[in-house]
Amino acid sequence: MNLHEYQAKSLLSEFGIPVPPGALVQSADDVGDGTRLPASESGRWVVKAQVHSGARGKAGGVRLVDNVAGVTQAANDLIGTRLVTLQSGPVGLPVDSLLVEPAADIRHEYYLAITVDRALQRVVMVASSQGGMDIEAVADQHPESIHRAVVNPTVGLAAYQARELAFSLGLSADQMKVFVSLALKLYRAFIERDAALIEINPLAALADGQLAIVDAKVALDDNAEYRQAQWWQRRDIAQEDPAERKAIDHGLNYVSLDGNIACMVNGAGLAMATMDLIQHAGGMPANFLDVGGGTSAAKVTEAFKLILENPRVEAILVNIFGGIVRCDLIAEGITEAAREVALEVPTVVRLAGTNAEQGRRMLAESGLALTAEDDLAAAANRAVALANTKREARR
Amino acid sequence: MSILVDESTRVICQGFTGKQGTFHSEQAIAYGTRLVGGVTPGKGGQTHLGLPVFDTVADAVRETGATASMIYVPAPFAADSILEAAAAGIEVIACITEGIPVIDMLKVKAVLAQDYPDACLIGPNCPGLITPDSCKIGIMPGSIHTKGRVGIVSRSGTLTYEAVAQTTAVGLGQSTCVGIGGDPVGGLDFIDCLSRFADDPQTELVLMVGEIGGGAEEAAAEFIRQGYPKPVVAYIAGATAPAGKRMGHAGAVIAGGKGTAAAKCAALRAAGVHVVDSPAELGVTAARVLVNQSEGMNAS
Repeated sequence: MNLHEYQAKSLLSEFGIPVPPGALVQSADDVGDGTRLPASESGRWVVKAQVHSGARGKAGGVRLVDNVAGVTQAANDLIGTRLVTLQSGPVGLPVDSLLVEPAADIRHEYYLAITVDRALQRVVMVASSQGGMDIEAVADQHPESIHRAVVNPTVGLAAYQARELAFSLGLSADQMKVFVSLALKLYRAFIERDAALIEINPLAALADGQLAIVDAKVALDDNAEYRQAQWWQRRDIAQEDPAERKAIDHGLNYVSLDGNIACMVNGAGLAMATMDLIQHAGGMPANFLDVGGGTSAAKVTEAFKLILENPRVEAILVNIFGGIVRCDLIAEGITEAAREVALEVPTVVRLAGTNAEQGRRMLAESGLALTAEDDLAAAANRAVALANTKREARR
Repeated sequence: MSILVDESTRVICQGFTGKQGTFHSEQAIAYGTRLVGGVTPGKGGQTHLGLPVFDTVADAVRETGATASMIYVPAPFAADSILEAAAAGIEVIACITEGIPVIDMLKVKAVLAQDYPDACLIGPNCPGLITPDSCKIGIMPGSIHTKGRVGIVSRSGTLTYEAVAQTTAVGLGQSTCVGIGGDPVGGLDFIDCLSRFADDPQTELVLMVGEIGGGAEEAAAEFIRQGYPKPVVAYIAGATAPAGKRMGHAGAVIAGGKGTAAAKCAALRAAGVHVVDSPAELGVTAARVLVNQSEGMNAS
C-alpha cells in the first residue's frame, strides 16, 4: 500500500526523524489568511499535490509560490482536478489535497532509500550523491554514484554502514553525524512499520549545511496489514484503480490492460501464462485476473461482472486448473455465474484436472454462450477467433 | 530416486487440527504419504485423523522420527512455525502459508542460514513438493502426477500443475516437483533445486517455470551456463504483463534492468536452456529434447 507524502512524513516523524513543518490543504478556504500555514522565513512556500505518483513536478503538481495568495491560487487550480504524470496513466490521479511547506534553500540533492533486495534476500540501504531525479536515471547515467549497505537482520543497520554511506556521499563530518542518526531511524521505521520501500528523494543539503528531507515516499508491505492497522485505516482508496479495488474487496486479483480478450484464471502464474497465450494466438489480453482457489459461483459471478464492465472486451477465456476443487463443481459455478450476469460475450472455458470431462459436458449442455475446450493452446486460439468473428459481424 | 522426499520420509503437519491442515493431511494420507502425526499447541495427547497430536515439533520429532513438515499455520504465526521446525531438527520444511510479512521472512532466512544451515525451507506461499507415488507434501492434486523422468521446479502454483499435466500427458512423468513459491523472500531457489536434480539419477531433464520480477531466473541461467549435466526446458510467465505494476523505485535500480520476461528468456537461452514461448508447449518440448538427446547418443 502506498502512502501520501504527508502521511509518509508523519510516519517518519513518529520515529524522531525531522521533517519539514507542513500544512495539509483540502480547499482554498483552508488557506484563509495564511495563519494556518507553516512559518516561512523567505515568505515562499512549496505547494505539492498529494497523489500516489512520482514525477509530480513535471506534471505541474508542485508549485513554488511567493505569498499566501499563491497558495490560494494553487488550491483553486489543483484541488478537484486530476494530475496526469509519467507514471499515472492517461486518466491521471485525483488531487484531493495539497501539502504546503516553507520553501527550502537547497544547495545539493542526495538520494536515500531502504528496500528489500530480492536477490540478496536482505534489506538494503541505497544512497547516491545524485538525488532529485529518478533513481533509474541515476543508475543509467551515474551508476558510480550509487552506494549500498546490505543489512544483517540480526543486528540491523550498523552505525559503521551508515558512516560509510555518509562518506561515500562526500558529506562533512557534521553532516555525517546527522546522516547516521537519520539512517538508523529510517531503518527502525522500515522494520517497525513493515515497509516495502522508504525513499527520501531528495535528501537536501541546505544553504546553512543542514540536511533536510524534502520529499518522502513510503510503501507498506501488503502482507503486514494485520499488524499495521492504524496505517491501513488511512489508506486513500481514491488513488487506486476502481476496478482493481473492487476486485480486492471480492478476493480477486485484477489488473486492467489494453487488449480485447478478457481472461479469468485460478492462480497468478497460470493467469500470466494465459495472457501470454492470448498474445501468442494473435489477440491482446484485456486484463490479468486471478480468482484464486475455491472458485465459487459467487466469486466467478463477481469476476464476470468486473470483466464485462470493460467495453473493449470481445471474448472471454476462462482457464481453470481444477486440482483439489473438482472441475464439475467449477463448471456448476461458471454456468450459475453466466446465468446470473446474462453472459452474452462469447466465452471459451478451458477446464483441466479432476473430473474435467464431466465439467466440459456440463458447460456444453448448459445452453449458454460457453465453448468448452480441454487443450490450452486450442482454447486461446478459439477465444481469439470468436473475438475476430464478433468484430467482423459488427462491420 | 527423487529429491528431498521419498516413500520413507516421515512427515508431520504443523497446524494439523485446523481446517486447511486437516483437509490437506487427509489428502496426503490418501495419496500414501507417510504422515506420522501433527502439531497443534495445546492439543498434545489427542488423536486426529488416527494420528497423534503433539504440543511441540520437538515432541513430534522425538516420538515419530519425522524429518519433514508441512506448515498450514495462519500467516501471523507461520514464521514462528518455520523456526520451531528448524530448531527441532526437521530437514524439509514446506511452508504453504500465503501472506507472511517480508520482514518476518528476512529474519527467518538469517536464522536458518546462521543456526540451521542443513534445513531446507520450501516456500512460503507455495504449493509444496511431491515425489509421485511416494510422498505428497502440499496442496497440489495428486492424481495428475505420474512417476517418471522430469524434475520440475516452479515459482507458481496452478502453472506447475499445468507443467505436471503436460509431462504426464506426453508420457514422461515426474521425478519430484518443487513449488518454490512466489514471495520475494523464500527458501530453496531455482539453483538449489537444479543442484539436487543434477545429482538425482531418476531425473533426466529439468523443467523450470519462472515468472517476471527479481533475478532468480537470471541467476539460474548463469549457474546452468557454467556447466549443467542435464537438459533444461523453461517457460517464463508474464511476457505480456505490464511493467512496474508491483515494483518500487529502489527495487528497480537494484534489479539493474533485470526482471522482465524478455531478459530472463534471453539469459536462459544464452545458457543453452530450451525456452518455450507458449506455456502449452512445455510437455511436447521436454519430450522432443529427450528424444533428440537419446538419438544423439545412439548416433555417437
